[in-house]
Amino acid sequence: MTETGQKTIKSSEIDTKFKYEISKMHGGEKLMRCFQCGTCTSDCPIAKFSDTYRPRQIIRMTQLGLKDRVLKSDTLWLCASCFTCTDRCPQDVEVASVIRVLRNLAAEQGNIPQVFKEECASILESGYAYRIPELRIKKRETSGLPPLPKGNPESIRKTLKEVHLLKHMERKSE
Amino acid sequence: MSNMAGLKYLMFLGCAIPYRVSAFEVSARKVLGKLGVELVEMPEFNCCGLPLDPISHEMMLILAARNLALAEREGLDIITLCPGCAGTLKKVNKMLKEDKALRDEINCHLKEAGLEFKGTQDAKHFMQVLIEDVGLEKVKNAVVKPLTVLKVAEHNGCHILRPKEFIGFDDPEDPKTLKALVEATGATCLDYMDETECCGAPSVGVNDKIALQLAREKLNHIKAVDAQAMITICPFCHIMYDTNELRIEKMFNETYGIPILHYPQLLGLAMGMKPEELGFSDLRVDTSKFMKQACEGGK
Repeated sequence: MTETGQKTIKSSEIDTKFKYEISKMHGGEKLMRCFQCGTCTSDCPIAKFSDTYRPRQIIRMTQLGLKDRVLKSDTLWLCASCFTCTDRCPQDVEVASVIRVLRNLAAEQGNIPQVFKEECASILESGYAYRIPELRIKKRETSGLPPLPKGNPESIRKTLKEVHLLKHMERKSE
Repeated sequence: MSNMAGLKYLMFLGCAIPYRVSAFEVSARKVLGKLGVELVEMPEFNCCGLPLDPISHEMMLILAARNLALAEREGLDIITLCPGCAGTLKKVNKMLKEDKALRDEINCHLKEAGLEFKGTQDAKHFMQVLIEDVGLEKVKNAVVKPLTVLKVAEHNGCHILRPKEFIGFDDPEDPKTLKALVEATGATCLDYMDETECCGAPSVGVNDKIALQLAREKLNHIKAVDAQAMITICPFCHIMYDTNELRIEKMFNETYGIPILHYPQLLGLAMGMKPEELGFSDLRVDTSKFMKQACEGGK
């Protein structure tokens, strides 16, 4: 039994157009080619140690149209993006990219793990995904390294100001 | 870039390296310098974009494209130490070159900051530069202290290999580049089980237990072939093993004592550089036994 698959499926929770929505997005184009062979799950390093993460199941649920279950699921965030599934899929489904498309949609609904919020804030603030400690920046000189190039946060924010997700997040926080 | 005398790149540091993996940067700059590769610091660069791909593909594309546009302004190809950065920049470069509609869309965003992506520069990982531009022969010729006594295991990590469609300079099922570069130092590079398996680092923070189990499995496979060290070329893989080895030993009641080296540290030793020039003091796992073995081989 898995977190996403344990309940009986009711026809009322099926969004029959969901698969077409995903197929139109970059990386999701080949979703419908999946014939459930299970190569992705059997070669997945995360599935090896997780009781709940099964890429094949996520793909099938997406084809079926179980939109809410997929997008609200925590297991969606377990993919390590190693791309083994994508490289080995005999049907050329970009499995890792379909999962990324689903994550993007989940994010727009407000389902964003904390780590991504922090990285996003840091990039907008400094250009770097992590807040680099002052000590590290100073230590570069004694290690014989050139000074760390300064980011240009103003320029970065200008290029990102029309980003869908950021506008979404702003509206929510207002 | 085929003219050896003129090898010159924009150094794209990314985020993980300046954040906490300086030994990789120190050693890579040393060996590249000695191999005649000139590095120009890349002004105003930003995160490659990869960390935000899970929440916004659009944001990843813009961030990557901004970096590529900056490189175009400088008129130089990018070199990165992080395979994640290299993979992302290569992928976006290819996507935007091939898809005019997407390129126009991304350029609308870049225009806000007075930038434009044209698709005139390339991005390469350190290892790809060594094998394709510097060349294996030149690397071999730079070795003055062959480490013939050492038997080590390589770990490529995921993003230097997959997805093949975008990275494409090595075979993701049976990679040979890092092995060849390790053997160029005189050391033996051992085969072991599941060589191309993920280190687990991307799962840190989402599910630490799974991440540590993955790292443990790799360390077990490497221990099984009696490797004296693990050689990595990714800052995240390195953090995963070097920072967590002691923790994994305690948690799962294992004993490893396997040092985790950045490839340019190994190459640097073989080129006759001293451990203190190559950031060895930054490594967490004790390297004293390994250094003794390496030095004996040099005599």
